[in-house]
Amino acid sequence: MSVLVYTEIAKGKIKKSSLEAVNYGSRIATQLNTSVTAVIVGDADVSELGKAGAKKVLKLKNDKLSTLDGMYLTAAIEQAANAEEANVIIFSHDFTGKEMAPRLAAKLKAGIVAGAVENPTISGDAFAVKKNVFSGKATAVYSIHSTKKIISLLPNSFPVELTEGTAEVSDFAVNLDAVNSPIKVKEVKKVTTELNLPDAELVVSAGRGLKAPENWGMIEELAKELGAATACSRPVADMHWRPHHEHVGQTGVAIRPNLYIAIGISGAIQHLAGVNGSKTIVVINSDKEAPFFKSADYGIVGDAFEIVPKLVAAVKNFKANHN
Amino acid sequence: MKILVCISNVPDTTTKIAFSADNSTFNATGVQFVINPYDEWYALVRALELKEAQGGSVTILHVGGADSEATIRKGLAIGADDAVRIDAEPNDAFAVAEQIAAYAKDKGFDLIMAGKETINYNGSMVGAMIAELMNLPFVSLATKLDVVAGVATIEHDIDGGTEVVECALPLVLSANKGMAEQRIPNMKGIMSARTKPLQVVPAVATDKLTTITSYELAKGRTECKFIDASTPEKLIELLHNEAKAI
Repeated sequence: MSVLVYTEIAKGKIKKSSLEAVNYGSRIATQLNTSVTAVIVGDADVSELGKAGAKKVLKLKNDKLSTLDGMYLTAAIEQAANAEEANVIIFSHDFTGKEMAPRLAAKLKAGIVAGAVENPTISGDAFAVKKNVFSGKATAVYSIHSTKKIISLLPNSFPVELTEGTAEVSDFAVNLDAVNSPIKVKEVKKVTTELNLPDAELVVSAGRGLKAPENWGMIEELAKELGAATACSRPVADMHWRPHHEHVGQTGVAIRPNLYIAIGISGAIQHLAGVNGSKTIVVINSDKEAPFFKSADYGIVGDAFEIVPKLVAAVKNFKANHN
Repeated sequence: MKILVCISNVPDTTTKIAFSADNSTFNATGVQFVINPYDEWYALVRALELKEAQGGSVTILHVGGADSEATIRKGLAIGADDAVRIDAEPNDAFAVAEQIAAYAKDKGFDLIMAGKETINYNGSMVGAMIAELMNLPFVSLATKLDVVAGVATIEHDIDGGTEVVECALPLVLSANKGMAEQRIPNMKGIMSARTKPLQVVPAVATDKLTTITSYELAKGRTECKFIDASTPEKLIELLHNEAKAI
């Protein structure tokens, strides 16, 4: 009875969030005296799954798995879970996990915690799992008391740890003859930015204090120098100064990078809800009374148009000295 | 087209969250409850736009106690034709999905819509669970929805971009920002909402697979360290040496 972990490939590599999930599953497996079996669709070098703690990797094989269709994928994972006699299944709480984990939970009648932020406390057959609630304003501990359990792990909750471990890799033929999804994929549009905001470890964000969309050049330059993703506040997205996928906050994307730099954002409670999981928060604002300073680790009171170019120069200088 | 929109009753986004003294329950004293923004602004409003363009009906469904009827009436004021309240406490996502699926299974809805997540428990679970329980396709995080001759064209967010899919009805979808714009109910809507049908349906037996045992408020920051605006390079030093963030 192994712990099953669903993993994914992006740009030819195992996703970082998948490695986090395998690490997480492997810590649970140790407590349960068992091991991790990772499942994956598609072809890539899967050796990192072994390094992250998987003992087995099953490559799910069926032509119907060419798109991430929930009807097919959850049926495939169910078959792998049955074959492995897995009662605990781990996902990353990313786009795929948010769609697949609850569907699989309903299929298996498995209790689920979506967006876990800590390792579960296991006592007998019950798992106690902490997750964020009220959009990051609080946490709650959920007890899962069903035999089958599904946990999706919030990305960036734990650093990835790799060892010299190896996994035994095999193909797992899935039978989907009885499943027919009416969903047809017509077009896929990839966002051109290199960094996916929810996965980014560093984020530079700006708000209405920037005054106009043409002033974002210095924000993008600072982000580029830091290797950070760019984000924005809700008013800025609503005014179409920036694309909606950059909007972080309660009704936008919730993120928890290592570093969040907020420039010209006052820090409304709805914005804080989406970012207060960030490990370090820097606030740059001309208004020293801006509420965001109360939730910041570092603050600079002043004009963004003077400070940001100096920061860009300082980062360039820093990089030159820390090569 | 017959559309069902699932709505949740949540604390207003500006709410200061508090719990009971033993941290076992949410303290709702003095809290203003609203329709979950994703359910209202995006799912319900787009459902109404489709109905206005093509005819049909929009029913709103809520799983909860009688104290959420003011929230349900707001959905009727925005324009839903009728409402259903399933009389059960919504304290487990799977149990809520089972209630909704049990009600909806023989009603012939073409579209079942919900917001992408509630802003109180942030689970993103109920839509996908309803789809599984009713053996229907599910499209998550939809930002555009059109229906022509019984086939939905949906643009939705995927990892690193967006995808356009087509799917013959019926289907379940979760709505994300971008699908529609918020509507403020007008006086006529508010007046008519009082007399629109609100049916109370008894709960069915469900499985409760999880329980919340305790809550904790997010920890605040200790104190903000200010750096003089004339020397922003100090920030980079601190981020490297102290915060170890770069």
